This record gives sequence, C-alpha cells and structure tokens, in this order.
Amino acid sequence: MTSPTDAPLPQSRRSGPTGPLQWFGQFLLYGLFALTIGVFTQWPAYHPIAADEAVIKVSVARLGEPVGECRRLSEEELAKLPPNMRDPIQCPRERSPLSMAVVLDGKSVLERVAQPGGVSRDGAAAIYERVVVPVGEHRITVRFTNDVRPGARAYEHESTVSLTPGQVLVIDFDPERGGIVLL
Amino acid sequence: MPGHHTRGLRQRGLNGWRSIERVFDSAFGSAGNPLRHLGTLGFLALWLLVLSGVLLYTVFDTSVQGAWQSVERLAHWPLGTGRLLRGLHRYSADLLLVVVFLHILREWLHGHARGARRFHWLTGVPLLVFCFISAIGGFWLAWDQLSQYSAVSTAEWLDGLPLLASPLARNFLSDAAVSDRMFSLFIFVHVGVPLLLLFGLWFHIQRLAHVSVLPPRRLALGTVAVLALLALGRPILSAPPAALDHLPATLKLDWLLLWLHPLTDATSRGFTLGLAGAGLLLLLALPFLPQPARAAVAEVDPDHCSGCTYCFADCPYAAITMVPFPGRETTHLLAEVDADLCVGCGICAGSCPSSTPFRRLEPLRTGIDMPQLPVQALRTQLRSQLSRLTAKEPLVMFSCCHGADSTRLEASDTSRLDLLCAGQLPPSFIEYALRHGAAGVLVATCREGGCEFRLGERWTSERLQRRREPQLRAQAALARIRQVQAGPGEENVLDKALQGLRLHVQSLSTNARMSADDFTH
Repeated sequence: MTSPTDAPLPQSRRSGPTGPLQWFGQFLLYGLFALTIGVFTQWPAYHPIAADEAVIKVSVARLGEPVGECRRLSEEELAKLPPNMRDPIQCPRERSPLSMAVVLDGKSVLERVAQPGGVSRDGAAAIYERVVVPVGEHRITVRFTNDVRPGARAYEHESTVSLTPGQVLVIDFDPERGGIVLL
Repeated sequence: MPGHHTRGLRQRGLNGWRSIERVFDSAFGSAGNPLRHLGTLGFLALWLLVLSGVLLYTVFDTSVQGAWQSVERLAHWPLGTGRLLRGLHRYSADLLLVVVFLHILREWLHGHARGARRFHWLTGVPLLVFCFISAIGGFWLAWDQLSQYSAVSTAEWLDGLPLLASPLARNFLSDAAVSDRMFSLFIFVHVGVPLLLLFGLWFHIQRLAHVSVLPPRRLALGTVAVLALLALGRPILSAPPAALDHLPATLKLDWLLLWLHPLTDATSRGFTLGLAGAGLLLLLALPFLPQPARAAVAEVDPDHCSGCTYCFADCPYAAITMVPFPGRETTHLLAEVDADLCVGCGICAGSCPSSTPFRRLEPLRTGIDMPQLPVQALRTQLRSQLSRLTAKEPLVMFSCCHGADSTRLEASDTSRLDLLCAGQLPPSFIEYALRHGAAGVLVATCREGGCEFRLGERWTSERLQRRREPQLRAQAALARIRQVQAGPGEENVLDKALQGLRLHVQSLSTNARMSADDFTH
C-alpha cells in the first residue's frame, strides 16, 4: 500500500511526448527547422553583379598639398612671436582637397572631391568609390588634382581598357609610379 | 501615447507567440519545448561553435596562401568527418543567430525588457552585435569568393562610419594588399569577439540563480542530430579561391548571417548603417520607454526570519542574500532583499517556513513577505471565501495570475485565490484549506518551463511532491489535492482539471459513505 508520503501528486499534464502523434509532430518541427536553415544558408543564389558587368574602383587616400605657398617672415614679424616659435619659414597648415573625375567613353561616370580630415583640415583625404560599368572596350579618362594652388599640376590619364565580366579595375594615385595608375 | 501603442502591439504579438508555443507544446511537451529554451539553445549553439571551432583551428592554415586550401581539404576527409565538422560549425552559427533573435523577441513580448530585468536586457543587446561580428568574421577565414565578397562589403560598410582616415576597403584593392597580418586580424575578430561574447554572457546571466547553460537532454540531442544531418546532407563547401581583381557573378550566400551585405547593395550604405544603428538604439531604449510602475519588492521581517536560507535558495533572481543578524553575536542569519534585483514574484514568501496559516498570530506575519499580497491577506481571503461557500463539497483553487485566467471559470462551489506566482503559495495553505472545510484543492501553475518568474512552477511542484522545502506535510490528504499546469489561453485545461477534481472528491465521499454503510451493516 502506498503511504500518503510516497504517493505522487496527480498532475494533469504530461511533461514530454507520449504518443506517435507527438513524435510525428516533433519530427515535423525538427524537419521544418532543418529545412529553413538548410535552404536559406545557400539559397537563393546571390548575384553581386550581372554577368555582363565589370567594376571600376576609384581609391585614393593621401595628404593633399598645402593650400598656399610658404613664406619667409620679416624680422619685425619674428620679433612679435614668442622666442620658442620664431620659425622664419611659415607654411599654411591646411591641405588641398583631392579631386577625382572619371570619364568613360566621353561620359562622366564619377566626379568626387574629398576634403582633408581634421579640425584644421590638415589630415589626409580619401576617395573610395565603386562604379559598375558594362563589359567590353572603353576609352577611359581620369583626372586628378591634389593641389589648389594657382598653376599647380593636374594629373590626367587616358587609355583604352578592355573589361571582362566581373573584372575589378582599380584606379589609384601613386606619384612614384607616375601619378594615376590603373591596376 | 507611444507606451500604449507599444503595449497593444506587444499584447497582440504575445497572443500570437503563445499560439505558436502551444503548437510546439503539443509535440515536444511543455518541458521540452524549444521556444521555452531559446537561451539554453543559444548556449548549446555556442558550445558547438567553440568545440568545432577549436578542432577546425588545429587544421587551419593562418596564411593568405594556405587558408583556402586548408579549409577546402576538409571536404576530402574520410567518412565525411571534415564536412561534418565544418557544417556543424556553420549551422551552429545559424542556429545561434536564429535563437538569439527569437529570444529577444520572446523576452520583449513578455515585457521582460523592464523593471528588475532591465539589467538582463541591456547586457543582452550587445551580445547580439558580438554574435553578428563573430559570425561574419568567420566567413572571411575560408578566403574563397564568398569570403572576399563579405570582407570587402564589410570594409566598405564600415567606411561609412567616420572612424578611419584611410578607407578600410583599400586593404582589399588587390591580392597583394592582403597580407598574413591581415589574416591575423581576421582571426582576432573570429576568436577575440567570441571571447568577448562569453564574457558578456557571464554578465547577462550573472543576476540569475539556478541557471542552465544547456537545454534539456532530449532537446539538446535532437538539435545536435538535426545539425549533424544538415552538415552531412547539405555540406558547406568552399567557393573558388578569392581573387580581388574579380567579382564573382554568383554566390551561395548564407542569408541568415550575411543578409546585411545584399541589403546594402540593394539600398545604400547609409540606409543599412542607419537601420543597424536605429535598431540597436531602439533595443537599448526599450527598457526606458514609459511603462507600468514596478511591482512592490519583498520585505523581510527580522522578528520572524529564522535565517533558514530557503528564500535565498529559491529566489530565481539572486535578489536575496543572507547576512549576519544585526546585533547578535551568534551564527544567526537574516535574509536581505536587494530591491534592484527583486521582480516581486513572491516565491520567497512561499518558501518561508514562517508563512504558515496555522500560526495563531494576528495579524499573521512571516519572515519575508510581499506588501501587495501578504500571507495575512491570503489567509483572510481563504477564511472568508471558505465561510461563504455553501456547496456540500467546496473546492479551493490557488492559481497563478500569469497562468490560465481562472476568473473565466463558472464554479459556484470553488473559492479562487490568485497568487503573484504559484511559487508564492506556502504548501501549508493547502493543508489549512483542507482542514477548514475544503473538500479538494487545485493548485494551478503555469506550464512546465513557462513560469513568468522562471522557477515558480518548478518549486511549487517539488514542494508539493515533498522534494523541496517547505514540503507539503504528510498529514495533508494527497488524494484531495491536484496540480494543473495551464498557461494563458488554456482555461479549458483549468476547467477540465477542476471538473476532474470535483468528480474525484465526489467519488471519495461516495466510497467513504459506502464504507460507513458496510460497517453499519
């Protein structure tokens, strides 16, 4: 005979699956979960770019030239300065913005001006842009300036490029390699 | 009134969530319902990620040149072990993100973003960010076309933030630009951020007592089996090696983890940055939106606290600590409530041995009590209701106010006492009701694993089954006591249980009368 102490308290609910219907339900729900994970981790296929397109990446990051010429201070001007700041040559701190323009087959596809960073605008400026273009042969013209002073040099590059599907053409600026470079 | 709109939306969402939960209940049982174990399922996914990740790292070549080959070789391991390992790692990451989203949704729908649980909410939100960073960073390590697309997209996306003078994306202009040092950064992201995630998880659960870091065994085994079958049946294979001078036209994208990239492609970097920022801010702001006043917290009465530590052991939110009794040089302890942590569930009052209605003290006082429903009020209500019942065999129902709505039941023979949580019920009240005229007692709790306060239903069951202090005394007539687990919307279950108890009590009386007649004859 079961004593009151040992007798389990009647519960009105089961705690786990008991019948075939419940097992089938579990199977179904696990399957649904597997299907969701299995499908959406690989499907639908994504096309970052069409099959007949290529990408031109314009990327420059550098310090622009100073916005003005350096000048020599006069003796009077130097005398007005504290002794520890008497540098006879004074240059403007602010840097020129970078300016990049890309023309493809006579049509402008990018025009971008990047201001120098920093509160005093004395930091580097950066341009990074992606342009999707059709594949094939193109006449490309790239113009770049990093100096706003009068008479400063404006860089220009012109060439014919043949772009294949998915190709990434990088346009950078490297003075050591002659200025505008196409990679 | 944004608060009202939010509450209305939340209530509708909660009703929908509960409907889905009931479907899962019918298949898994309430104790094994994955929707009630989203947090622990997240932990399971994390443990699987750590385990498979450590094994993968042992064979991973951490150089740009060797990474792709070392991952690709996994596909050719004997008996599909490499595919199993890689698949488990990826699919566990998918599982983690899915359950984390559902966990956030569930907790919001239940109104757990506020009050004492604000801490858990606020420490949980950054974990979502860590999960995403870890997951996306993992794709880069295989260094195939998908890695390339994800790494470049992420760099371009981050360049939208005014963080660096030189764009991050410039690091991916050409194959020559990607160095082994860059791979060290990838590994740091994929190993370091998960470490932050683990650390954050410790904060997240730090203010909880009796925390599980694994789901119930059956659910854990089922989940691992599904992930393993997926890993073998739909293996994760590498795309061709990354080549930065070429953008692949077709990618097998993991939409669950990498949806941000195509969304950015389809809209703009500004849009998705704004979306992510606004989403994050909204999640962080939710606990501070207008909301109902916090429930009153438990109060300790030093004159009646014996220092037994039962409340300390039972509090699901670690809101109670035991401190030396002030002014006494003995080992006598006193419970102390941290009001910031207390959610006002009353489980501590139910655990206090002094919360017995058999005490002759007037008014009845106990060691720890709830100001909004003290044991004195509970005893007074019980006495008053029992005295008003005229039924031959009156019943008493103690019901949790977060479970099935007992007010909808039409039962003139039943006195109904609502509790803050079923765990607030000291078992001695059941015996008291039976001794003072009740023919049967029904204790209605939330469904197993579905307690609003985590552990109330579990502690109640254990107390009634005499597996936890304070126990239902042996003198209580077990045959006249029933426990029913019925969540919100399951009033029919409650009704059925009450009807079952009514019939059972009647049959007991009939048998007793028959025995008496036999004796007379």
